[in-house]
Amino acid sequence: MSTVRTLCACLALLAAGSAAAVIRIEITQGVDDAQPIAVAPFSFEGEGGASVDVAAVIAADLARSGRFRPLAREAQPAAPDEGQRPEHLAWRAAGADSLVVGRVVRAGAGYAVRFQLFDTLRGTQLLGYSIPVGVGELRRVAHRVADMVYEKLTGQPGAFSTRIAFITEIRDADVRRYHLVIADSDGEDPRTVVQSVTPLMSPSWAPDGRQLAYVSFESRFPQVFVQDLGTGKREIVSDRPGINGAPVWSPDGKRLALTLSSGEGNPDIYLLELATKKLTRITLGPAIDTEPSWFPDGERLAFTSDRGGAPQVYEVNVRDLRSRRLSFEGDWNARPTVAPDGRSLALITREQGSFRVAALDLGTGTLRTLTEGRLDESPSFAPNGAMILYATEHKGHGILAAVSTDGRVRQRLALTEGDVREPAWSPNQPTHE
Amino acid sequence: MIKPNHALAALLLTLALAGCASTADQPAAPADQAAAVPVPAPAATSTTPVAPVQAATVQADPLAMVDAAGSPLRERTIYFEFDRSEIGAGAQRALEAHGRFLVANPTLKLRIEGHCDERGTREYNIGLGDRRAQAVRRVLMFMGVQAAQLQTVSYGEEQPAVDGHDEAAWSRNRRAELAYSR
Repeated sequence: MSTVRTLCACLALLAAGSAAAVIRIEITQGVDDAQPIAVAPFSFEGEGGASVDVAAVIAADLARSGRFRPLAREAQPAAPDEGQRPEHLAWRAAGADSLVVGRVVRAGAGYAVRFQLFDTLRGTQLLGYSIPVGVGELRRVAHRVADMVYEKLTGQPGAFSTRIAFITEIRDADVRRYHLVIADSDGEDPRTVVQSVTPLMSPSWAPDGRQLAYVSFESRFPQVFVQDLGTGKREIVSDRPGINGAPVWSPDGKRLALTLSSGEGNPDIYLLELATKKLTRITLGPAIDTEPSWFPDGERLAFTSDRGGAPQVYEVNVRDLRSRRLSFEGDWNARPTVAPDGRSLALITREQGSFRVAALDLGTGTLRTLTEGRLDESPSFAPNGAMILYATEHKGHGILAAVSTDGRVRQRLALTEGDVREPAWSPNQPTHE
Repeated sequence: MIKPNHALAALLLTLALAGCASTADQPAAPADQAAAVPVPAPAATSTTPVAPVQAATVQADPLAMVDAAGSPLRERTIYFEFDRSEIGAGAQRALEAHGRFLVANPTLKLRIEGHCDERGTREYNIGLGDRRAQAVRRVLMFMGVQAAQLQTVSYGEEQPAVDGHDEAAWSRNRRAELAYSR
């Protein structure tokens, strides 16, 4: 009897685990000139074997970027031993312009991952590294290798060693269950940060990637929480009458910009000094001012305001509080997200009744629509600025999708169950475990 | 002796009825969706006479009055146009019944929840839902309801009443919900 019960409990746990998030990533559009590359299976040296197929993770990362076309394993010539010169001609004949070979070596309590990147056309080695790693870190190192290969071959830093946070909503009979989940950028290793039967909203990463700010309605009123991802400890940082929403971490990690209404029906943007809890009001007036996003200088915020009658995007300087309008094309623009280089914004624009992600070039003022959905939301830049993750609708479900900032590469990240939304791409620093 | 609050309420009622006659009970100007499918107004109060809710004060439990058969207080959802927070004439009449009831029962509290449809961005919708809840609060306070009796909260688009991705669902999700408590 007790065995049966234990088994049931296990099943329930498994079900809960899988419900949290299993994400399947599908590339819906890649670039025509994607670079052909081969990632040969990594050999293993020492006792036992590697728990992670490092080469498969690297190949999947490169493929997901849309900029690479990894050669299938069946199509690969025999892999050279790591440290040996590969038969460049054979690899070139198989269709690979570049080649990654590597080996996982048992070393002390962990491993060393050694790899080389070759240019098969020139027959030269482009990269060669040995990275020591702890047990359980092989997947993370595979992402790092993918980042190094990506940067060497494209000239842009990779963003595979990052994470994403998002909100899922799963219907369970009449109960809605909300989860705030973090996962690797490839959707692997999903972990529920907090769950609730009342809405969770607006996750925002601290610049060191170790904390998240978010909004929870668990007290029947909105409150802003800051939660440490290592310890799970959390703290209410804003719990005022009315709205407590839209928290975003300043680049120096010391302040949150957020929206408060102080019970007066007048949402405005404030800065909250995290150490002292001191509040500074940034916007004034009867309009809805919300959805702040920091410029990398830490001195300006882009935000949404309907002060002109309909929502448009503005910027405000947090020192002198001067503001100016940024979006002029289109009659409805909101939810700006400043690109990592500060030169453009992603925002939501309304076009013929549909809400889509668009890029606003701050130099030229040009607005370029990047997506084709009906209800696209919550754009979030990869820290290298190459991709924008956003929420969209597919077959009646909320899913995540990503589009490259040039609009050439598209991916869909489908959750196996429920609706997923409000993605937030982590900063570059690996998170503390 | 008529208290000013009641005089104001009577005036509001007159205005509301006048507005009703001239606008055929349509809510405020449609925002920007001329092509929107007209939806039967979910508020069924347009023909309900305002009951003498003051009678509630003699009841042992005023809260029980809220759900009494035929009570105008059963109408506890106010609907809005897209991206708007103006209260239509029908909704205004429903709110007046609540206003008088709350004035007559100053120990009762009312929680006003503002909601939006799924269009637009999430935190902007939190602002819009807040504006809707505040619009309802203002009507009630104008009638003499004490601020301490009223609580507002905005859920934005996070708690739709109806699933669906069309105007039929959206029109039922753009709302303020009233919930009584002691």
